[in-house]
Amino acid sequence: MNDGNPRYVIGVDVGGTFTDVFFLDETSGRCEVAKVPSTFGDQSIGFIEGIRQKVENFAEVATVVHGTTVGTNALLERKGAKTGIITTAGFRDALEMRRRDRPNTWGLWGQFEPVVPRNLRLEVAERVLADGTIHIPVNPEDVKAAARDLLSQGVESVCVVFINAYANAENEQLALQALREVWPNDYVGASTDILPEIREFERTSTTTLNAYLQPVVASYLQKLEDALHHDGFAGQVLIVQSNGGVMSVDTARRLPVRTALSGPAAGVIASAYIAEQAGFPNIISCDMGGTSFDVSLVADSQSALAAQANIDFGLTVRTPMIEITTIGAGGGSIAWVDSGGLLQVGPESAGSNPGPVCYGLGNDRPTVTDANVVLGRINADKPIGGNLDRLDVERAKAAIEKQVANPLGLDVMAGAEAIIRVANSKMAGAIRLVSIERGNDPKNFAAMPFGGGGALHTGALIKEVGLESALVPRFPGINSALGCTIADMRHDFVQTINGTLDSLDINHLSSQLSVLAENGLELLERAEITFKRSDILFELDMSYMGQTHTVDVPLPVTYENKNTGIDVETIRTAFEQRYNEVYGRPLEGIAIRVMNLRVSVIGRRPKFDLALLAPDGKITLEQAQTGTRQVWFEDAFHETRIYDRLPLSVGTRIAGPAILEQPDTTIWIEPDLAGEVDRFGNLVISRK
Amino acid sequence: MIDPVTLAVLKGRLEQIADEMDAVLFRSAFNPIIAEAHDASHGLYHAQSGETLVQGKSGLPIFVGAMSFAVQAVIRKTKRDGDLAEGDVYIFNDPYDGGTHLSDFRLVQPFYRNGEVFCYLASVGHWHDVGGNVPGNYNPVATESFQEGMLIPPVKLFRKGELQQDVVDILKANTRLPGSLYGDLNGQINALGLGIRRMNDLLDEYGDQTVADALGELRNRAAKLMAANISELPDGTYSAEDWLDNDGIKDEPLKIALDLTISGDRMVLDFSRSSDACAGPVNISRSTAVASIYVATKHLFTEVPANAGVLEPIEVIIPEASLLNVKAPKPVGGYTETILRIIDVLFCALADVAPDRVNGCAYGTINALSLAGHRKDGSRWVMFSFFGGGHGGHPEGDGLNHGNAPISTATIPPAEILEAAYPVMFTQWALRPDSGGAGRHRGGLGAIYEIELLEEQADVFLFGERGKFAPPGVVGGQPAALNKFTFEQNDGMHTPPMKSKMVGISLSKGQRVHLETPGGGGYGLPTDRQAEAVSRDVCLGFVSREHAKTQYGVVLDAAGAVDDAKTEQHRKALQA
Repeated sequence: MNDGNPRYVIGVDVGGTFTDVFFLDETSGRCEVAKVPSTFGDQSIGFIEGIRQKVENFAEVATVVHGTTVGTNALLERKGAKTGIITTAGFRDALEMRRRDRPNTWGLWGQFEPVVPRNLRLEVAERVLADGTIHIPVNPEDVKAAARDLLSQGVESVCVVFINAYANAENEQLALQALREVWPNDYVGASTDILPEIREFERTSTTTLNAYLQPVVASYLQKLEDALHHDGFAGQVLIVQSNGGVMSVDTARRLPVRTALSGPAAGVIASAYIAEQAGFPNIISCDMGGTSFDVSLVADSQSALAAQANIDFGLTVRTPMIEITTIGAGGGSIAWVDSGGLLQVGPESAGSNPGPVCYGLGNDRPTVTDANVVLGRINADKPIGGNLDRLDVERAKAAIEKQVANPLGLDVMAGAEAIIRVANSKMAGAIRLVSIERGNDPKNFAAMPFGGGGALHTGALIKEVGLESALVPRFPGINSALGCTIADMRHDFVQTINGTLDSLDINHLSSQLSVLAENGLELLERAEITFKRSDILFELDMSYMGQTHTVDVPLPVTYENKNTGIDVETIRTAFEQRYNEVYGRPLEGIAIRVMNLRVSVIGRRPKFDLALLAPDGKITLEQAQTGTRQVWFEDAFHETRIYDRLPLSVGTRIAGPAILEQPDTTIWIEPDLAGEVDRFGNLVISRK
Repeated sequence: MIDPVTLAVLKGRLEQIADEMDAVLFRSAFNPIIAEAHDASHGLYHAQSGETLVQGKSGLPIFVGAMSFAVQAVIRKTKRDGDLAEGDVYIFNDPYDGGTHLSDFRLVQPFYRNGEVFCYLASVGHWHDVGGNVPGNYNPVATESFQEGMLIPPVKLFRKGELQQDVVDILKANTRLPGSLYGDLNGQINALGLGIRRMNDLLDEYGDQTVADALGELRNRAAKLMAANISELPDGTYSAEDWLDNDGIKDEPLKIALDLTISGDRMVLDFSRSSDACAGPVNISRSTAVASIYVATKHLFTEVPANAGVLEPIEVIIPEASLLNVKAPKPVGGYTETILRIIDVLFCALADVAPDRVNGCAYGTINALSLAGHRKDGSRWVMFSFFGGGHGGHPEGDGLNHGNAPISTATIPPAEILEAAYPVMFTQWALRPDSGGAGRHRGGLGAIYEIELLEEQADVFLFGERGKFAPPGVVGGQPAALNKFTFEQNDGMHTPPMKSKMVGISLSKGQRVHLETPGGGGYGLPTDRQAEAVSRDVCLGFVSREHAKTQYGVVLDAAGAVDDAKTEQHRKALQA
């Protein structure tokens, strides 16, 4: 079938090592996956190459959804555009002064290099007061003069950030107009268009990073679109945002800062959907790669969102993002004994090059992967990824013996086990952080491991944290690409109010909410893709008067006829209920403050049936067995059965101890656990 | 003995409990000093000795050192009274008996297992106002603690789980801001409650004895690690001196002197040559002095775990008459300034023998500035905040611009938050050129904050230091700029007679106060700094052309590029 009708929805996740592609053929209902090496310098080459693995005629592609790390990398490597800032007189250093923090609690050796150096941060006379009064009007000629100055210094992208602009955007918008008159390209922005929220550092940082990324992300997207169109593509390109929703390419060009966590977010979205379909509304997704272990909580099939994140020290991005907790415990994390005699794992990592000792590429400090190899849990003759022929077990053993086992007074196998135990305990700590510490009982949650190494450790995590079970998706290695194809479109808005509940003009509030809701709906319409339906969420950030931290209060209202129907008592009840949930103690006799309003508009995209991924054969467990291997557990080597995972039929039950292998991951089922293949081909691991 | 792997696992679990207690208080606190500046701390303490067992990673460093003295004060009290029971929670702020200054309120709770105290949990937070003569409690002219605020000895806030409303009523009656106090108190109660629940879970899972063994072993290991670090330093006695501007009462400098002796794996810190106790509020108690030594030690030896073992190989000598060892009712409200100086002399004393461990001194004053008045509706407002400065140059590079004080991890509230809450307008919030000490690695820059009053009238109070003695550089680095404060009156700008200490100056609408904070001291000889780095500093406005020439010996041409010939000439002259 090659009639050129658009029938493919394609998810593409460009990672540090591989570009993963997930193909959904909406006509035939078939799914396929592809993995090609990522191309550095120009990621669009690997991108196109990945799609070409399965689709020749790009006219057949209806939609391409992309999780990208172009923005993240530009931030981490400080490779954004030459950017300028025009700001209120007296405040040009807000970006560099941060919130007067330092990188580490102990030790005073921190440094910080802002993305815009001081000579490119210019001031103009203007001032708005906290109540929105214009104290000093802005003179557009001053702004133009500053803009020309920046242009003469070779600045490509510029933004305006005025103090208290959240309370009245007039000066800022006038400045933006003036700026547009003299600026030769579209890379101009104003803080109130990016984040009209109180707190000048957070707003300045977010706005500046957006400007810094605009030329980089825009030119990348242009290349992508050109390449796709060149090959006959006439569909839509969508970009995954840090909040787990997608946006159009136009929106991404305007708000590239919202792609800061694009790639990881897609993985969490996939996990949430797969788990929900499999009957697990509550999961903790665990992405274990070479250097880090990323966990994220999904409760009632909803991902937790954080209001902001630091991409690096001082690089603060404040937009709603899927809350992902990262710890330095990946396969490449190095195990060492400190001078007090305590075993430590990470945060230093051998990465993928030189990688673990067993890769034989020059690193001689033992890693978590080395421990797994020595214990027989990883197949030394069939390394994942395919770049190496075999792994050097003896070398890994020697490194563990010398650097871990001897200093601790253990034999080498006990040393390898100790590394795994400490690594597991660090990962368990991260899981506890997102679950127990936020008031969620781990008994109600399942772990969902993905990435290359997660499934080797899930059994231990189940036991250590007290999770119900683990759900290993059918294709853990391409989870993020799959997530791209099912992500909804989502647009988030915020506006600072800063007033007491009792003095609130409720009609004004309601109309502000409606305006933002309509803006969001319009963006959905403009995207020209099909939605099942659209949802609108209204939320207020509220606190007691005097507190500076707020709680997020979802408003129990429905949006009908462009009206929210909100009233003060509904807001009060919702706040008190939420405050009790969070802190357990209501407070009496203190006025209530409404700090910000938030509106999220979500266009629900149709989801494909995961049963399409399920194995269709009738292969028995015995037929899937590929052999046995010596695996170390319970203080001895045991002859352990090894199975080929993918052909295992629906309903097959595998009792531990057992190892399941597939091209992109290894699954270790501990002796007291058992796995079962569900109707989608996922493996559910639980206690025997 | 506990196996090393379980130990590593338990260490993480225990720290997580303290971290989680910190997080609960930060989120639910009312006053920005806790909520934004994280001026609070939580930990676990030994059932008999009160020694620090485990500390969170996010708590205020100086409290981490001071908390064990607070728990010891409660243990002494319970021994006298003999009525300790499960569900009791003690509250107090006595700075002479385990406290720091009156603003810091401590809650201490015994954690019971099977009818016996397993350990203590404690919470400390800096409250917004605790009475006294000055809103915010930094009274620079106090001569007795009675002028600084209310003093509460250890009393029971909860008896067998029952809240003593009488105590809450007394506390609320002694503050200008009862709502804020009530909110913070509740936050601390929540944090302790959470800690008790988490400890029970942990002990149920691992067994009481295993956890007790782990706690003992962690202490031993910290002591061992610290001793190993000390023994790497060459034996000998190393000295350093630094000065406080004055005590706020009498304009005479006060000396902080340290003679530091290394012998083998022991270190003796002798402060005998320091000044005697003074009339004003820059005295500290011995426990506070020891706590600040702990902070300095942890900054120097970052890999040593945070528990009482750190101090085991260290002996501290402070004479009874010293300003570092005062008793009630000598005023101690400005304790932050004195302990910053203790940290500075420790760094300076070790600079020559451990140049790869130290850094130039940080800005060295917290500049507690408060503006207070009444709004048109008659309600009272108190804006109270600490301000930042530069960190010292260090072996790896230049110092951090605008950092927080070494005794704290506090962040500063944004100007917009302050302006939204109080009738003020910041006219400047900027880095301060030429404030970083010159050096091969330059000290970070301090800041300039200028504030204009928008209401009819307000009183201004400042408690700062480093107005006369600048933060020193190390290993040949130069000192940073002095702290500089001026305030506007009808006849123009004025400097307080005590430089950085001032009480109750009245400001009218439209008038401003102007604060320029010190940067950090330099690291290494300024003439060793790359000329291109100096040229870049000038281009960015961090260093003036004048400074480039006089401090670094770098001469720039009209375009800002290095004039090699003249630079070589100037550098030679400077080195001579």
